[in-house]
Amino acid sequence: MTFRKLSWLAFYTAMFLVFLYAPVILLPIFAFNDSKIVAFPLRGFTLDWFRLLLEQDQLHSSLRNSLIVAVATSLISTTLGICAARAAARYRFPVKRGIMGLIMVPLVLPEIIVGVSLLVVILQLGMDLSLWSIVLGHVLICTPFSLIILTTAFSNLDRSLEESAFDLGGDRWSTFRLISLPLVMPGVISSLLMTFTISLDEFIIAFFLAGTETTLPVYIWGQLRFPGKLPSIMALGTIMLAVSLVLLIFAAYFRRRGERRAGAVAAGGVF
Amino acid sequence: MRSHPGACWRQKTLKSWRGCRIWLLELGIPGLARSETANGLALVSPAFLYALLMLAVPIFAVIIFSFWTQVYLDLDKTFTFDNYREAWSQPIYRVLMLRSIAVSAAVTCVTIVLAFPIAFYVSFHVRPSRKPIWILLITIPFWTSYLMRIFLWKVILGFNGVVNGSLMGLGIIEEPLSFILYNVNAVVITLSHAWVPFAILPIFVALEKIDRSLLEAAQDLGEGPAQRFLRVTLPLALPGIVAAALIVFIPTIGDYVTPRLVGGPNGLLIANMIELQFKKANNAPLGAALAISAMLIVAVISLLFVYLNRRHLKDRG
Repeated sequence: MTFRKLSWLAFYTAMFLVFLYAPVILLPIFAFNDSKIVAFPLRGFTLDWFRLLLEQDQLHSSLRNSLIVAVATSLISTTLGICAARAAARYRFPVKRGIMGLIMVPLVLPEIIVGVSLLVVILQLGMDLSLWSIVLGHVLICTPFSLIILTTAFSNLDRSLEESAFDLGGDRWSTFRLISLPLVMPGVISSLLMTFTISLDEFIIAFFLAGTETTLPVYIWGQLRFPGKLPSIMALGTIMLAVSLVLLIFAAYFRRRGERRAGAVAAGGVF
Repeated sequence: MRSHPGACWRQKTLKSWRGCRIWLLELGIPGLARSETANGLALVSPAFLYALLMLAVPIFAVIIFSFWTQVYLDLDKTFTFDNYREAWSQPIYRVLMLRSIAVSAAVTCVTIVLAFPIAFYVSFHVRPSRKPIWILLITIPFWTSYLMRIFLWKVILGFNGVVNGSLMGLGIIEEPLSFILYNVNAVVITLSHAWVPFAILPIFVALEKIDRSLLEAAQDLGEGPAQRFLRVTLPLALPGIVAAALIVFIPTIGDYVTPRLVGGPNGLLIANMIELQFKKANNAPLGAALAISAMLIVAVISLLFVYLNRRHLKDRG
């Protein structure tokens, strides 16, 4: 009885994973398919769609823009995350739950609200939309993720290590730089990689806040209207998928390494 | 300490660091005692001020904005309820709003029903050392390009797509199934796929917290597996289910990409109208009123849901 129930559950889980991974598996299949129409049956193998990507100038400029936005976002949100996570894990202060709650709100807020509200403020202040307005929005939604990752890292930190550093004559700054920071470094790297990935793939906010210069997802959105461009968009999506996967696996690796280094039992994975 | 290799470098850079290190780290504000409170507040303030300036203030601005009027290219800044009157009385907005709420509610139900067995399987039937890998496996698709994922659902559900192609190839159906593309069903399927990892995680965390000895006790007291599940596991997992419901329900209302790509003319939602008002229709105050109305409705439903759940738990003792 128990065995049969378990096997049903295992079967369901397998089917669920197929459902979950269906789009991810189809993407590379169509990227290498030798047909202008993105549909079955498949026609044959080709690398033409990847070759086409090399010729599109607008794609290259939006890739450059996306990289600028993603690097800026990951640096700023991780810096904010380090400070806030340190505060959350180490200190007690008034209205802590309220303050932390406000920082975490973008995680559950519809992204369209973030986009709309920043758009209203930027236009009312008479400023122009640029790549930096996208960075403003992305930092807002990335900081909670950075905070989650880094709070775990700082909570796992053994306080007695810092205290010994004090006893041996270190000041606060040198203790942080020489003891605490190296210990949470895997968490910091993991946070940088995660926020970079989120920013690179984010569309809803970027579409609202993009000026004349577009990011990669906004460029893709524009191309989805043209049926002839779809196969090369599949190729582009495949490359982005591969990049995201590599970054994520690195992020997960650093996170677990950090947990092991701090002596905690690894659990929880990405979250 | 002086013999430390970093000491020399530290001496040299100490002066230039002094200005910014206060901000960077927890030296506290000069003049204030280096107390717990001051250190904590100084450290949390950059992220807090950022959220305040970039989120709280802008949302407040949108609320004010929604009481203004767009007159061609200019804004009339006299206070008026006209936008709200229009947003709540025009049939088109009411239809879109009700459809959005129905879609969000359906997506929430579907994701929780899909997610619970997975969270249960990983929590109870996977070896502890394997759990992080499983969680990673479940979250990976979430990190891939959102636009591409939605577009690929269009390919999967399309008339000569994967589902119809395979079913016709196998001879199960003769005509392509039309109920799964360019309508509300397609929107629900696609959104459920996008949000299911977010539903699994809180349920998984709640299941992990359940003391396994409670289950053994239930078994020793003569409960069968089904009774044990209904009377011990499910009630204890309820907080996770509630969290999952909120995490899925609230953000789903703001999606305009999925309805646009797979929804067809009858699958458009309120977020599409908000986007339209802000962009092409150039009536941002009306868009703001619609956005605030949608947020209010979602907030009221969410609070009601949490309240009913609390009362339900209290009634059970």
